[in-house]
Amino acid sequence: MNDLPAPAALVRGRHLRKTYDAGRIRVLDDVSLDVRAGEMVALWGASGSGKSTLLHLLGGLDVADAGELTVCGCDPRDEADRLQLRRRHLGFVFQLHNLIPDLTVAENLRVPALAAGLAADLTAARVRELAEAVGIGHRLGHRIQDISGGERQRTAICRALMNSPPLLLADEPTGSLDEDTGDTVFALLRHLVHERGIAVVLATHERRFAEQCDRRLRVRHGRIEDA
Amino acid sequence: MRHLALVFVNLRRHKLRALIGVAGIGFGVAAMLTILSIVNGAIGMFERILAVDSHYLVFERNVSDLFFSSVPDRDVAALRALPNVESAEPLLFGLVTSGDRPIITCFGLEPTNPRLTKAKWLAGRPEEFGQVPGAVWLGARAAEFLEARAGGRLQIGRGEFTVAGIFATENGFEDGGVFLPLRAAQEFFSREGVSSIVAIKLRDEARGAEFRQAVTAAHPGLMALENREFNRSYTQFKILHFTAWAVGLCAFLLGGLGVANTMLLSVFSRIREIAVLRVCGFSRGQVAGLIFGEAAVIAAAGVAVGFALGYAALFALEHAPIFHGYVQAVVKPLMLGGIVATALVTAVLGAIYPAQFASRIQPAEALRYE
Repeated sequence: MNDLPAPAALVRGRHLRKTYDAGRIRVLDDVSLDVRAGEMVALWGASGSGKSTLLHLLGGLDVADAGELTVCGCDPRDEADRLQLRRRHLGFVFQLHNLIPDLTVAENLRVPALAAGLAADLTAARVRELAEAVGIGHRLGHRIQDISGGERQRTAICRALMNSPPLLLADEPTGSLDEDTGDTVFALLRHLVHERGIAVVLATHERRFAEQCDRRLRVRHGRIEDA
Repeated sequence: MRHLALVFVNLRRHKLRALIGVAGIGFGVAAMLTILSIVNGAIGMFERILAVDSHYLVFERNVSDLFFSSVPDRDVAALRALPNVESAEPLLFGLVTSGDRPIITCFGLEPTNPRLTKAKWLAGRPEEFGQVPGAVWLGARAAEFLEARAGGRLQIGRGEFTVAGIFATENGFEDGGVFLPLRAAQEFFSREGVSSIVAIKLRDEARGAEFRQAVTAAHPGLMALENREFNRSYTQFKILHFTAWAVGLCAFLLGGLGVANTMLLSVFSRIREIAVLRVCGFSRGQVAGLIFGEAAVIAAAGVAVGFALGYAALFALEHAPIFHGYVQAVVKPLMLGGIVATALVTAVLGAIYPAQFASRIQPAEALRYE
């Protein structure tokens, strides 16, 4: 695996293509993008435009059929690099919180630390610090099904930040929340990443969120058009 | 390894499913422990019948069962005459019926046989053995289930005998047996002039090979085996051992299928969750480790439950009046180790496919379609 590159280019993608159904469905076509350290980039587009697929490629959850991609110095086509990428270099926030039911908030937050083998005392301190930062410190002992939708999404944001990644990939993180809660969660996300210098790639179909990002990339029919 | 803490978390979340897996392994362990211990006990009892105060057993070569072995009296005399032989005790086996008991083991032996003096006599005296015409001697359990008492009359087969003595031994087979003087037994079974086996005690055990050569040279129709050697090679013992392990392994196979089913259910109901673990940085190996860990914990709990059930079953069987003391379980440490190992291997084998399936879950697909 390569070392972390200079913060100037956390993500560098060139001519990325992704198809499904043996090439019959072209989801991404000739997509190129750069994401610099600390900047908040919106992938803005309608449902089915390819935003989530692009995020999956960036996060090593899927592999491009063609093109070149480097994320935090890792090659997502390589299994070992993909693993390190997910463990050390990026965090995910999904539209559905994707927390593990029946576990408490604290237990959910510990999951990335367990995968990375972080020391128990460091993990405990990190869990407390992040939970306090997003206002769910009093919920650490509660099970996921016993907290509100907004609190679940805050928990998901904390989990994504557990291993202090330089890059956060957020796929419609406010999509399942009501407008007020969505605004609160988005403001919190924006505050956290700016405070900590984390780069964010945010997939959203909502213009109001896209407009608050440092840069906006319009995704349409699997292609990127600078907005 | 800290991620394995999730193993316990998941088992805690699905208690009933985990308990079904534990029960599957537990029943396998209990079945194997019970069957093997009883078989070991039965073999041990038979070994002790054959080898009371002796080093070698002499019997007819190439017989399938010792009940069919014939060692002529003249050969017994010849064996006694060998220089290194301290004693040679012939023993004739037979089966008799009495009352509503269709099968009772009958032992024909000489009055000098050491098992008579080692027994605890409840009625009669060892010196009287063979001295009372038309008499029979009974093991304590046989006297109990035949409702016989010393001095009373007892129908055995077509003959009627006086019960001249009753004695208790630690051996369940002997305790439930009927004893006749050798000559009377030979006549009763129409096997005049022969015994089933001869138990040989040597003056110098170190010169056993020499004794064996002498037997082979002078009596080509006979075979002499050291007691340990006999126990290892006797076909009936081998069949018993094999059957016990086969039945036990079948029980484990069912247990293993239970674990496989439990783990598959566990994986299929957590596909999205496993995808999330992968997104959070769990490697394929770590995911597989979780599944194997759950199977191992289930197996360990199953072993504990199985041992508890097995020991309880053995206690009940040993003390059940219906078995008349024939059940004398023998639990060997090596056997326990084998059972534990079999339980763990079964659980791990049952978890292979679920673990493989879980480790191959593609996060993107699982999150997209679930």
